[in-house]
Amino acid sequence: MSHSLLLASPGSDFTELATWWILAIVAVGAALGMIFTRRAVHCAVLLAVVMLVLAAMYAMQGAPFLAFVQVIVYTGAVLMLFLFVMMIVGISSADSIIETIKGQRFWAALAGIALLVLLILVVGHAAIGPAAPSGPRNSSANVNDLAALIFTRYVFPFEVTSALLITAALGAMVLAHRERTSPKPTQRMLSRQRVASGHPAPLPGPGTYARHNAVDMPALLPDGSASRLSVSGVLATREAGRTGIAITELIEPGAPVEVIEAEPDAGEQPADRDELNQEKL
Amino acid sequence: MISPAHYIALAAILFVIGGVGVLIRRNALVVFMSVELMLNAVNLSFIAFSRLHGNLDGQVIAFFVMVVAAAEVVVGLAILTSIFRTRKSASVDDANLLKY
Repeated sequence: MSHSLLLASPGSDFTELATWWILAIVAVGAALGMIFTRRAVHCAVLLAVVMLVLAAMYAMQGAPFLAFVQVIVYTGAVLMLFLFVMMIVGISSADSIIETIKGQRFWAALAGIALLVLLILVVGHAAIGPAAPSGPRNSSANVNDLAALIFTRYVFPFEVTSALLITAALGAMVLAHRERTSPKPTQRMLSRQRVASGHPAPLPGPGTYARHNAVDMPALLPDGSASRLSVSGVLATREAGRTGIAITELIEPGAPVEVIEAEPDAGEQPADRDELNQEKL
Repeated sequence: MISPAHYIALAAILFVIGGVGVLIRRNALVVFMSVELMLNAVNLSFIAFSRLHGNLDGQVIAFFVMVVAAAEVVVGLAILTSIFRTRKSASVDDANLLKY
């Protein structure tokens, strides 16, 4: 197997320097963007950029195995896990701008700058020489050498790692498992509940007889008012958070409109439709 | 001639950015992501030192760091999910039951 694409040849110093500058600027820019964008999804995408750049840097430094592991484990598994959890906790979970501790951002920035100065001074004083000439960098057997090292000198940490992984998997299952605190509702209970709730029929579909046939358009009742049960509460709050107006204001102005009081925080007060869905479950 | 010092300086910058992210963000998911960024920066310096010394021990340690980080993310996100399920919030300010 040839790693000639992955390993910079010894004579290409300028190429490596130019690549380093480009990748470093991209990485630092993406990292800064990650801590300053408010939406969690954008943070995840920018973190993916940083991780891919770091994978390229691993490859440049003669670590092709770790470069692939970085892409597969970090970008592929860890970030996908982040995105899945983001789907659970709400994809629009943006940070609040209000500082809960007074002056926290200022002191955090100061501490960051101090740490940066400290680290740069340490690196500057360390007299880090050039890379070893005949290292793993120029050998095409990086994977073989790594395997030999892992299974000889580091075999005990490697085995402990497997125990750690099993523990982590068990812990995740235990933590994410939901104990049922109430008995599972039977079909009889559900139908009773539905009749007692005053909505025995299914919920009205969105967009029925409205101007648009979209899921975020509320259905119009026979008297021309909008039915707040026809739009999912998640959609209503998201639309209200993005545009600043509730969905029901979007339908024709002549009709008497019952405006949904959309809360910016979807988690605290679920809308009617969500409550009804919860009751059904 | 590019030396490992370039990579170590970049690793220091990324580490500081991750640390500032941990300090200033309130969303627990983003705090986790910043921790991941710090771990990645440390991995980069491990690999740079591995190249500096011409052996593979740094790469093996970076490999172990990746494994531990993956385990940490799994457990951390499970905790986050269960906290969100009970408290309907992913903000680190709202989980203050152990305060005082």
